[in-house]
Amino acid sequence: MSKNYFEVIRPGVNTTYQDKGRGHLYHIGIPFSGAMDNRNFLISNKLVNNDLNSAVIEFAYQGPHIKYSGEKIKIAVTGDVVFSIKKKDMEINCNCYRSYEIENNDEINIISTNKSVYGYLAIGGELDINYQWNSCSINTKANIGANYGKKFDKGMRIDLKKINLSHDVKKINYINTKIENIRVIKGTNFDYFSEEGKKLFYESEFTVSKLSDRMGMRLEGSKIENIVNTNIKSEGLIKGVIQVPADGNPIIMLSDHGTVGGYPKIGVVASVDYDRLVQMSPGSKIKFKEINLSDAETLFKLYEMETQNLLSQI
Amino acid sequence: MIKNISNLGDAALYCDFGNEVNKSTNSQVIKYFKAIKEKKIEGINNLTPSYNKLIVSFDLKKVNFKEIKKYIENLDVQDSQNINSKKIEIPVCCHESFSLDIKRLEQKLNLGIETILNNFFNKEYFCYMTGFIAGMPFLGDLDENMRAQRLETPRVKVPKGSVGLTEQFANIYTFESPGGWNILGNTPINVFDSLKEDKPNLINAGDTVTFREISLDQYKDYNE
Repeated sequence: MSKNYFEVIRPGVNTTYQDKGRGHLYHIGIPFSGAMDNRNFLISNKLVNNDLNSAVIEFAYQGPHIKYSGEKIKIAVTGDVVFSIKKKDMEINCNCYRSYEIENNDEINIISTNKSVYGYLAIGGELDINYQWNSCSINTKANIGANYGKKFDKGMRIDLKKINLSHDVKKINYINTKIENIRVIKGTNFDYFSEEGKKLFYESEFTVSKLSDRMGMRLEGSKIENIVNTNIKSEGLIKGVIQVPADGNPIIMLSDHGTVGGYPKIGVVASVDYDRLVQMSPGSKIKFKEINLSDAETLFKLYEMETQNLLSQI
Repeated sequence: MIKNISNLGDAALYCDFGNEVNKSTNSQVIKYFKAIKEKKIEGINNLTPSYNKLIVSFDLKKVNFKEIKKYIENLDVQDSQNINSKKIEIPVCCHESFSLDIKRLEQKLNLGIETILNNFFNKEYFCYMTGFIAGMPFLGDLDENMRAQRLETPRVKVPKGSVGLTEQFANIYTFESPGGWNILGNTPINVFDSLKEDKPNLINAGDTVTFREISLDQYKDYNE
């Protein structure tokens, strides 16, 4: 038991520890996991002087309410998030993308994400948590990662192994932009679908369903008609793959996806748009736009340069 | 041999070994999988072998499709490469409390319980792949007369350890999960253990598996 710790007063709806995720395990059925929105994850760590791949607290919609005991530390929240810090008799409405100092008995209350899904709370220091395959990332389906692979619970403790040296407030001007189109690359079973189906895939608007989580995002809208076979022999998946099962409603594989699947793949979300895709909340409208591989690679390079540039400003 | 390599999105290769699902195609997949894995190529972050495909996913920050494709096309995979497989015996109890779909199987296969169990236990299975959920093995091939379709409506919860059949394959639910396979029995063995980081899976692609029938008492007394 560490002398510096948080106590969870309210866990939030889906709060987990995440880091960069774990690779080299698809062949035994374990997905990558890791922070859903990689850019916001990295920025949160940089704002509190952590190593970029340190464990953070990821929350969806309503976040946790936690109370601190211990020496002064820094925290930062990223995403589009409404949160406050309670100090003695004063409650401060806080801003994302800057660090705050937390003292003994202060409380952090993450009220909600605003028209988005995921937010990140980074704590300046090292969390005392369990790692499996070099990652703390919690996969609640397989119960892998820190906290026995389970999401946060009321009353649990977040112990700190060590805390960072005090530093000035760090901040950055950043606004999460929304995009109208999600860019996709043609999938390996694109030709399984009727001409009308392919047209609808690119021209019609889909709505993000409530049945979306870290495993996948289900879409509703035009039904995509399959004219070859509604099943394929089970084969590997990666995040971003858009499968269309027999009912014609596309499902996009997200970070905790099953590692193999047997539905035809109509497309794959370009890596450049993944961070923004996962932030689309139920009810949001999605339109797909086709791009080719070399454009996807160039766009990702630019996105990555932009991320590095943001990090260097902090 | 790989018949065709294409891109799956911008951060993965889709290696197609042909349409046939049989041991010889799958052995090729596994050979490539093991050969690539052994090389520990910078940038590759996952390999997913399946019946007749191999997906190679990579970190787009470090490498790209063209580079990895070229590498794999020039990779020397010996036909004699030892795929280093194990033989594993799995105890299964088919007490009525576990064999949730035996009545359905009797009906669908038009066989009696005894024949179904006899066919199931007197057979050696080959592990084509593991996945979907962590550690779940896909074991083939069941005889033609033992092949049933998935449940029309999948179960929301299939108990951990359940042994199920669908089409030409048998599998084991490594933990409680939704699923639509015809459940024949249950094993007391832990087929997946995430605490054994160096080898969490009891059964890996390329391994040979047999099932041994145990009684309910043996099931209850089973100590790993």
